Formats: sequence, C-alpha cells, structure tokens
Amino acid sequence: MNLQAETLRKIDEVIPHYPVKRSAALPLLHLVQEDQGFISNEAIEWIADRLEIQPINVYELVTFYPMFRQKPIGRRHIKVCRTLSCAIMGGYRTCAEFQKQFGTGLGEVSPDGEVTVEFVECLASCGTAPVVMIDDHLHEKVDAARARELSDKIKGEAKTANR
Amino acid sequence: MIQPASPDLITVNVDGKEIAVPKGTNMIEAARRVGVDVPHYCYHSKLSIVGNCRMCLVEMGMPAVDPASKAPVIDPATGKQRVNWSPRPTIACATNASPGLHICTTSPMVKECREGVMEFLLINHPLDCPICDQAGECKLQEQSTGYGRGYSRFIEQKNVKPKRTLLGPRVMLDDERCILCSRCIRFSKEVAKDDVLGFVDRGSYSTLTCYPGKKLENNYSLNTVDICPVGALTSTDFRFKMRVWFLKQTNSIDTETSVGVNTVVWSREGVVYRITPRENGSVNDTWMPDSGRTLYKQIREGGRLEAARVSGSVADLESAVKAAAALISGAKVAVVGSGRSSVEEQFLTRKLAARAGAEAYLVSRVGQGDNLLVSTDKNPNVRGALVTGLISELPKPSLGALGERIDSGSVTTVVSVGEDLLAAGLSASQLAKVSIVYLGTHDNATSGLAKVVIPTLTVFEKHGTFVNQQFRIQRFAKAVPGPSGSSDDLVVLSKLLSAAGGEALGADVGSLWPSIASEVPALSTMAYSNIPDTGLLLDSSPWSTLAFAEEATLHFKPAAAAPKEAPRG
Repeated sequence: MNLQAETLRKIDEVIPHYPVKRSAALPLLHLVQEDQGFISNEAIEWIADRLEIQPINVYELVTFYPMFRQKPIGRRHIKVCRTLSCAIMGGYRTCAEFQKQFGTGLGEVSPDGEVTVEFVECLASCGTAPVVMIDDHLHEKVDAARARELSDKIKGEAKTANR
Repeated sequence: MIQPASPDLITVNVDGKEIAVPKGTNMIEAARRVGVDVPHYCYHSKLSIVGNCRMCLVEMGMPAVDPASKAPVIDPATGKQRVNWSPRPTIACATNASPGLHICTTSPMVKECREGVMEFLLINHPLDCPICDQAGECKLQEQSTGYGRGYSRFIEQKNVKPKRTLLGPRVMLDDERCILCSRCIRFSKEVAKDDVLGFVDRGSYSTLTCYPGKKLENNYSLNTVDICPVGALTSTDFRFKMRVWFLKQTNSIDTETSVGVNTVVWSREGVVYRITPRENGSVNDTWMPDSGRTLYKQIREGGRLEAARVSGSVADLESAVKAAAALISGAKVAVVGSGRSSVEEQFLTRKLAARAGAEAYLVSRVGQGDNLLVSTDKNPNVRGALVTGLISELPKPSLGALGERIDSGSVTTVVSVGEDLLAAGLSASQLAKVSIVYLGTHDNATSGLAKVVIPTLTVFEKHGTFVNQQFRIQRFAKAVPGPSGSSDDLVVLSKLLSAAGGEALGADVGSLWPSIASEVPALSTMAYSNIPDTGLLLDSSPWSTLAFAEEATLHFKPAAAAPKEAPRG
C-alpha cells in the first residue's frame, strides 16, 4: 500500500477515537478511498491488518456501502441525483446529456479517462432540482443545457491541465 | 469449592406451565424444558445470539406490580397476580428468563408472526426441495409445513443468485437457498477460529461468500453443513448420494483420536453414507472434525482381508484359529495389542497374553493435535488398555524393546491385533525370525508376512466401548454387517483363547461384560447396557501419575501431574 504521509497521519489519529479498533473501519475506508481513488483488495487487507480483523469483515462493508468503489474511476466524478424531486425535474435527461458529452456509459470511465458519470440518491437540495455533484461541488438546476456548459468546462480544464 | 445444590433458579411460565430454570436461560431453552418447541433458524445453543431470522417471536408478559408501592396487582376475578402482556412480540432467543416471566407461544399473534416470517423467508427461496439434499432434515421445510401458508402470494420475479459455489474442498454453497441466518459465519469465527465467511452485497442480493482468494477449508468446515438449517451448504462428499430418510442412524465414536467425538453413522442396506456429530456437552458439543467424517471409506476401501489364511493359503476360521493356537502354545509369545481395539477386545487380548505367558505391547501414535477436537494421541483407546490391564505403562514411542527380544531369541511368536508391525518400527529381518499371527481388517506388510491371518471388523461393523482422554467410557454400535469371510474380533479372540487352553469367555459384548466387570476393578459396577449414550466417567486416579500425551482440547484439560518440561531458570 502506497499511502501518502498525510493519510497515514490521519489514520493513526482516527483509530484511537473508538473504543474498539474495528469501529474505525469506515473512517479508514473513506481515508484510503480519498487517497487511492478506490478500494482495492490490497487496501482491504491492509485495513483489516491494521484493525486486527479479518479481510472478510472489511469486504462486507465495502460491498454494502455504495459510496465505496472497488474499481478506479475517471479524474472527475459526476454524481447526478435521481431521487424523486430531481427525477421529476429532469435528472435523467441531465445524466444522459453528461453521458453523451463524454461518450461514456453509466458508471464507466469515459474513453479519455476524464470522468465517471453516476446516479446517486438524494443530494439534499430538492428545491433547486435537478442537482449534480462534480467531485465536492454541488451544481444546482442542471438541465441539459447547463450540463453541456459544465461538460465543456471540464473538457477545457482537462486541456489546460494536459498542456 | 463446593457448588450450591441448585444454581440460581427462577420460575417462568410457558403456555401456562410453570417451570424452574437457571437464571440466564433464554426463552427458547426455557420452553424446550417443558417440551414446547419454539421454531428458530439463526439461534444455535453453542453459538452467539444474533436474532436475525425473527422466527422465534413469542408473546411475553411480566407479573403486574403497582408502580408506586411495587406491591403485586391481584386480579380480583382469579385471585392471582395479573400479568402484563407486552403488546408486541419479542424474539425468544435473545430474551433471557427473568423471575415470573410469562411466555405464550400459542396465541393468534404468535401464529401470525410465524406465518409472516415464513412468508418472507420463502419469497426468494427456490422450490427445489425435490432435488435438494437437505430435504427431510430441513428446518425451512419442516416449519413451512407447520407455519407456512401452503400457497404463495408472491407474483414477482425471484432473485437469481449463484447456485453452485465451492466454498472449500468439502463445502458447496447454493446462495438461492440461503436464508441468511449466519450460523456458518458465527461457527467459523467462534468455534473454528477461521473467519473467512461473510455476507456481501447486503440488501436484496445478500450473498454468502468467502473473502476473495480464501477458502473454507479448515478441518471443521463440514460443521457448517450440519448447522445450516436449509440446503444452502451441502457436503461435496454426501451431495446427491442418498435421501436422508432412507438412512439408518447408529451411534458411534470417532476413532481418529483419543477425544472420542460422539458420532452418528448413517447407513442403508449395509452401506455407510456419511458420519455426522452427535451432541455430547461434555465431549464435543455438537461438532466434529472433517477428518473423522471420511473414516467410513475404509470399510469399502481396497485391500480388505477377505478370508483367513494359513501359511498363505485360504483356510476357514476354525483351522486358522487352530493353526494360530499351535503357534502360540509352547512358544515364546509376545502380543502386540492395539489402542484402536475396543475395551472388550483389549480385555480378551490381555487374557490371551496371560494365557500364553506373553508380554503385551501397544503401538503408540502420538502426533499433532489442534487443541479443539483432534488430540495429540491418535489412538482412541489407550486408556481402555490401561483400565483393562492389558498394559500398565503408556506405550513407548517404538516397539524397540520387542525388537531386541526378537533379536535375542526370547520371542518366537508375535500376535498382532490389527497393528502393522513394520510400520510400528520392527524391521523385516526381525519379523522374519518370528511366526506372526495377524488379526486385522486390511492387507498390509505385516499381514503379508504372517503365518496366520484372520480378517476382523472395522469399528462400524461391531459393538464395543472406548475410553477417551477424559477416562469417559463410551459405547459404539454396529452400523453395518461386516464383509463375508471376516469375523468379529471378539469371536476370534475368544476362540483363540480357548484353543490356546484358556477359559471359554463370551464372544459378544453382552456375554463378555459380566467377566469384564468381575475382573476389571474400574468397571466392576457397570454393565454394557447401562452405559449412557453420552458415556460414563471412570475414576482416573489409579493412572494419575502417567504422563499422557494429550494437550488441552474442548472440554478437556490435561492433569497437571507431570509437567513435560521442568521450568528453567
């Protein structure tokens, strides 16, 4: 496991917060995913070893929570809300537009490796539906046109980053 | 320390019947004591309680007391204390009995609960009982008869899950049949200490699995098959071999080590199909090692001795016994008894050795134990040999002393009761110097060299008793008849004894036991028929100075008498 020093520091800090080590499994999974982008089997075994439990106990958690990924994703993560309000206001159209813009399918890494588009459950902003989260930023009232704008912005940023 | 005569007993009321149970007993066990069955799947008396199947829902009530004065509230109509019934059902497995607790398992609410739980459990359960190995011993099948609806209201698609996952070399998983009781997961973690099983994708598609790259392959994996209440986990060995309702169950003992695991041998028409553990709270709880379950295969394995042989040519039993007796009388004899023989056989072996003026030896089999149900002594009945007086010391690691006596010419005939003398450490040149009488079940190097060979029976084909490492004498019974041409060890030994000029003793356990009781002090008060199914603990004090090989196992701690290594420094 090749974790950054900062992640390791956070891991060391969070474990003693809990009365039993096992309870730190979820925070550790989050930290490792932030660091690595996804949870590999190697990461599961590393965490299990760290918390003195068996890998199966960590594996159970990873398969239960949808926010833990077992495969790498694109550089940007586009999360489109599909819960009731957003669905009514056209969240599915928004999602389709993102997929079209990047030529990718749901949950896949786009061919240029830039994004992964996914549906998520409620992002808690029903009043401004449909909403989309790109990495850690919430974007409100994202209709197809706005989705195109956002896509262009991402593409533009990718170009500048690559240059 | 002197235990109080009765542990902390409290009175509970199950369906109107009062019963005293020890404090801490849960409601399922309390109900069991009055003969009331509370259906359950996930609860197992030897595992931790999780309460996830919800099948054991019952109604619970507590005696009413006045909130202010704590005085009992008396119902004027009956003159008894009123019972406050809880408005909602409670799971019986995770609720411990408290004084005055009332349990009701017959109310309409309980019936409705059971029906509801059954309906949910059956939603995704395939209706493949006709091809399911568990049919006939399936709790889901039993309880859907008792509490199911008989027809389904479910019109949606059933879940599709993996049907044939090999969890390990001996265990096959059908995920569709799994009702997610988690008994196997808890067993692996708590008893086998090999935490490899778990549920993944929890939700509608919860799936039992091993961690990728790991296998359920510990020596206790087949216990998960035993405790699986449905047909999700099946044994690759027994799978599709036989319907369980055709099988006859015979109580037996696992002969692989001195633990003396209680077992049931399942057979039909003279063929054994499987071996499963039998509950004995003082020996093996409800578990047994996988290695003991395949021992039945020796019955039909190749190399079984089929006929008595004298000097290499086939003979009948009578002439073989006569030939053996001729080799024994007047010769310098040594007897190699066996820690695998029953107490009764060892008693007759002792008589034979005494008659022939022979010294008796035993072959030692000390190996690796696992501190659970496989002990370090691979002989099931060394203590039987001590109790019957066949030997007075523990067997030496090798038969070197016997070898020396053969070399010096002070032994000319060796009688071996089922022991391969070459494997036990005697050399071929030593064996060439003596005449060998071999009683045994299978061909081996010794039977090939023997002057007289008499085929006998495996543990599955005869009655008898073993004394395990706790000095617990336990019975095993005949499950299947022996192959033609072989004779019961007791018949052979008693014929041999009388042919060698000894007394005529009984040739079956029933008629032999009076002689055993009269001559063996430790067994003087016993009869074969009086030994309970869970065995009888003998007084081990006469042998307390011996340094037995066993280490601690489940329900067994070695006596601290002889420390193996003196503490240093």
